[in-house]
Amino acid sequence: MSIAAPDEATVTRTVAIAKARARRRFSPRKALLGIAGIVLFLAIWELASRTGLVDARYLPPPTVVIPHLFQVATFPDFWVAVGDTLLAWGVGLLIALVLASVLGVVIGLSPFLRRATNSTVEFLRPIPSVALIPLAVLLFGIRFEATLLLVVYAAFWQIFIQVLYGVADVDQVAMSTGRSYGFSRWQLVTGIVFPTTLPYLMTGVRLASAIALILAVTAQLVIGTPGLGNEIAFAQNAGNYNTMYALMIATGLLGVLINLGARALERRLLSWHTSVRGEVPA
Amino acid sequence: MRKVLVGVAFTLGLPAILVTVWWISTIVSPSFFVPEPAELIGEFFTLWFGPRFWADVVPSVGRFAAGVAVAIVAGMLLGIVIGLNRTLRALTEPLFEFFRALPAPVLVPPLLLIIGPNDAMKIVVIAIGAVWPVLLNTVEGVRAADPVQNDTSRSYGISGFNRVRYQVLPSAAPQILAGVRQSLPIGLILMVISEMFAPTGGLGAAIIRFQRTFAIPEMWSGILLLGILGFLVAVIFRFVERRILRWYYGLKDIENAG
Repeated sequence: MSIAAPDEATVTRTVAIAKARARRRFSPRKALLGIAGIVLFLAIWELASRTGLVDARYLPPPTVVIPHLFQVATFPDFWVAVGDTLLAWGVGLLIALVLASVLGVVIGLSPFLRRATNSTVEFLRPIPSVALIPLAVLLFGIRFEATLLLVVYAAFWQIFIQVLYGVADVDQVAMSTGRSYGFSRWQLVTGIVFPTTLPYLMTGVRLASAIALILAVTAQLVIGTPGLGNEIAFAQNAGNYNTMYALMIATGLLGVLINLGARALERRLLSWHTSVRGEVPA
Repeated sequence: MRKVLVGVAFTLGLPAILVTVWWISTIVSPSFFVPEPAELIGEFFTLWFGPRFWADVVPSVGRFAAGVAVAIVAGMLLGIVIGLNRTLRALTEPLFEFFRALPAPVLVPPLLLIIGPNDAMKIVVIAIGAVWPVLLNTVEGVRAADPVQNDTSRSYGISGFNRVRYQVLPSAAPQILAGVRQSLPIGLILMVISEMFAPTGGLGAAIIRFQRTFAIPEMWSGILLLGILGFLVAVIFRFVERRILRWYYGLKDIENAG
């Protein structure tokens, strides 16, 4: 057993590294199957629309909608709407990030504050952000700030909770060591708390960036603040169903881009971390 | 005894301070937009625990429950099938990536057209929006099943339904429940939005009506009710999760202790 043990460890590590490589390597079979899946979905949609399974007035086939998307993409109004949506998304996410990481670290580091705020956090967090829509309308009307309020509220909790988990995960021995070396509070936070919390923070940012887009589009859809959501509602009211579906596809693609961007950012910032390196720590 | 009192003080301390600050500020500078706490609580009980309870609250909660139930069942069934089959996984991956990234509320306008402004549309919207976290987490959970366990099942000739029931599902359960936890708030959000769009009744419709008619305390009481609903859903879920995953938490406690 004592002879077999190191072998086993080497094998496990080799397998883990190979797996990590395989994850990164491009596989033509997988890509082809993925494209086939999309084509299959479009074919079902086309058939459902052409055969009258679903009323073609209400669900135009993709061969009409997708060319229409390219046409819509030539209108400046479309890009203004995309810009408005991205602005609300970005500014909201940034405000939530700053608020949540500062509050998260301050509250997370103090056992007293953590206990005192727990019940309030547990009550406020599950409030569905759309419940604030009427409040946002009363306070700001159909302006940009109304969207911003919803985006910040929803994104804040995602990041805040992750930062709390991250701060709770900080190694107490490292903290005591830091303290006995006479680290200042600021040095403790930047040198020990921040590196431990960063993976949690990034998870929070990734989740929040998806939620922030949902809330930005929702606010535009329901309240009527400028952006893609409002354009979709407008197209529906005007009976421009081709435009409505084209804008929906555009919104989904925007979401895919944001997800991919968040994941790439996470990989870059955490390239030193085992969860990204994909090696076994041993 | 002292421990209990300190616990209660920690639980109620901050909420009490916040409500006091709110109360004093409404007395010092009354605002049309912000009701007094007493007024809000009074409005809350007279409004929602009268006839509106059966007319608005129960149907909304029913639609939420139905939509989320459909999402959980469909997500788990599809997730198991896709998770166990490598080809299906490659086939569906980019497509699911798109649907997960599509903000679910934009599905409301087209479904409103196709199905019409009825209960079925609202349930479908909730189900379509809430299905993704369950589905994707089930796929991940099934895929992450321990290879040694897989081989053991195979060599004992355990396959098909039995393998899913006794090996795959238990090992994927923590991940599946993590997906369910994410899907609940999405379901609640979609419940409210679908009602705001097709104002044929329900909480979302009522709150929007209050806001448009400037019935401010009523509007706030609606927001409060939605908050309490969200809170209750989270509490019930935590209870159910603890029961289903009792073995899992037990295992983790032992690992942490060791």
